[in-house]
Amino acid sequence: MEKSNQSELNSLLEKKYTAGFETNIPSVSVGLGLTEDIIRAISEKKQEPAFLLEWRLKAFRHWLTMKEPHWANIHYPPLNYQSYSYFSAPEDHIVPKSLDEINPELLKTYRKLGIPLEEQKVLAGVAVDAVFDSVSVATTFKEKLAELGIIFCSFSEAAQKHPELIQKYLGTVVPYHDNFFACLNAAVFTDGSFCYIPKGVKCPMELSTYFRINAANTGQFERTLIIAEDESYVSYLEGCTAPIRDKNQLHAAVVELIALDKAEIKYATVQNWYPGDENGQGGIYNFVTKRGLCKGKKSKISWTQVEMGAAITWKYPSVILKGDDSVGEFYSIALTKSHQQADTGTKMIHIGKNTKSTILSKAISAGLGQNSYRGLVQVFPHADNSRNYTQCDSLLIGSLCGAHTFPIIEVSNPSSIVEHEASTSKISDEQLFYCRSRGLNEEEAIALIVNGFCKTILQKLPFEFAVEAKRLLEVSLEGCIA
Amino acid sequence: MLTIRNLTVKMNEQIILHDFSLTIPEGEIHALMGPNGSGKSTLAYVLAGKPEYEIIDGNILFNGNDILSLTPEERSVRGIFLALQYPTEIPGVGNSYFIKAALNAKLKHEGKQEIDSFEFLNLIKSHLKELNMAESLLHRSINDGFSGGEKKCNEILQLLMLKPRLAILDETDSGLDIDTLKTVSTAVNRLKDPQRSILVITHYQRLLNYIEPDVIHIMIDGKIVLSGDKTLGATLESKGYAGIIEN
Repeated sequence: MEKSNQSELNSLLEKKYTAGFETNIPSVSVGLGLTEDIIRAISEKKQEPAFLLEWRLKAFRHWLTMKEPHWANIHYPPLNYQSYSYFSAPEDHIVPKSLDEINPELLKTYRKLGIPLEEQKVLAGVAVDAVFDSVSVATTFKEKLAELGIIFCSFSEAAQKHPELIQKYLGTVVPYHDNFFACLNAAVFTDGSFCYIPKGVKCPMELSTYFRINAANTGQFERTLIIAEDESYVSYLEGCTAPIRDKNQLHAAVVELIALDKAEIKYATVQNWYPGDENGQGGIYNFVTKRGLCKGKKSKISWTQVEMGAAITWKYPSVILKGDDSVGEFYSIALTKSHQQADTGTKMIHIGKNTKSTILSKAISAGLGQNSYRGLVQVFPHADNSRNYTQCDSLLIGSLCGAHTFPIIEVSNPSSIVEHEASTSKISDEQLFYCRSRGLNEEEAIALIVNGFCKTILQKLPFEFAVEAKRLLEVSLEGCIA
Repeated sequence: MLTIRNLTVKMNEQIILHDFSLTIPEGEIHALMGPNGSGKSTLAYVLAGKPEYEIIDGNILFNGNDILSLTPEERSVRGIFLALQYPTEIPGVGNSYFIKAALNAKLKHEGKQEIDSFEFLNLIKSHLKELNMAESLLHRSINDGFSGGEKKCNEILQLLMLKPRLAILDETDSGLDIDTLKTVSTAVNRLKDPQRSILVITHYQRLLNYIEPDVIHIMIDGKIVLSGDKTLGATLESKGYAGIIEN
């Protein structure tokens, strides 16, 4: 019995990361390393307006004075930033006018990933911007959105066609000097998505971006900017994958959200970057700065994330609640197994009066995985009657993993209320036996318990995304009991 | 249906079942009684396949096949059901969701289609009614915050839903008030079937007034020391285990 169990587990453990294939497309890179010349080359290749190049160079010069931060509860050997290539594009890349112009190899890649690029799938109601290595390869459904005045395109295209919007908002939520990785991104970002919802428009479909790192030794530095004008609404989904590589690949993205009066932005991420192998070799280093600004009164920004990939995750999607009566939400599931490390959480900065924020964090650790929740709830002196509710739950599978929480609460307003609840539990042998004695195998039992644990967060995702996230969680959990 | 031959079981370097043998023919109800620590619950767990017990010797045949090499889930889908003495709480996992998953695991093993949601709901609601259980218990987490009695009833609810070939009830009666005891007993009696065997583990004759066993076994120190018909329970009640050992 012992033996058969062991071989069964081994075969499950050997199950590979399913998004780990490589696409064979010749690519153009700018060469390894980072210099002002490289930045100029990137900017030139992308035919950017002059202000953008200036901004990049300012960021780069500032970045040279900064040090890689090491306050997070993650451990990795020093990164050599000169060993990465800061721009990689499929060779024949020209901005496609229609899907017919896209390299069929690329389309095949996205099809393998289950991304609805083709028209027929687009009709299912998701508009997709796909970023392959550093460039955006297709933005579907653009025309239909354009009728409503919605702009949804690659960042590069927006820089050319709507420079006034970029100039007005770029760096207003995450300034170029914000932190080491955001600063690096500001200097070298290559593409990303741009989204603008005009006043009073409720975006009728989910907008979606898929990021994929394909080329070896490439850092992916995408930058996303979403602006929701007064009384508008948008729901945005982001998915990420990468092929299996021995070496760690760097990913340092920046996302900025701006919600004006009574606007609402929902931003959801399912992050499934390659996590490295069972010995901790390879995997993506994911250093991401995501921040939303509730600039207008009664505006609302909601982050939902399912983080289950990447060797290292360093990510704190935050909301600055500047407008009175604005609302910020953060819903998170973070799964770490094998040698994965995640240090993730949020910041809720209450500046306006009657601002509300909710933080719900569910961390699952298995194998040797280490999971840290790091959160800051800050209430400014004038933020009268503000409220925060935080709940951090950790679930441990096995006895070699770890869960940590680092909550910081700073309240400078006497009429505000901040609540924090936390729990840590472990899947017990008794629970496993109970499920098994009812006919469910170990994998099914763990999936059942983990899904139950995550339920409240999964419910926040759009339905189809929730189904996908649930399935990915189940796949990720296979064999983790060993 | 069930034949246990010369079973010796160890846990934490201690022998708990010693050269234990028991046969339960198809369609019969057997009761197992014995003082605390005699090994009754261990027997129940070993039948269900709980991993931490070490089988030193002997075998367990279920419908003619040795089941010692089967995992708990393999035994379950083949029709062995254990109603636990202390049912486990699983916060976060919905009770009806869990029971449906269990039922579907069994149906899958039998090569049948998964149960339709409406059919499932109708079925489980009828059994809830039978057990006088509140419908709200379906939507709560498994046994989480249930009273002692509700937990025991929830085990019987699963028993009614899964309709096993062999049901083992480990002290289902302890912690039940008299009305609930009657309700549960009635439900179990209704399960009586020529194709189904039931093993009732209890400390008290009281339960056996409602669930009438074909055979009563008395277990002491990991072994059955005496077996007899239903009158044995009354003898035990008057003389106690000490009196029985003397004879």
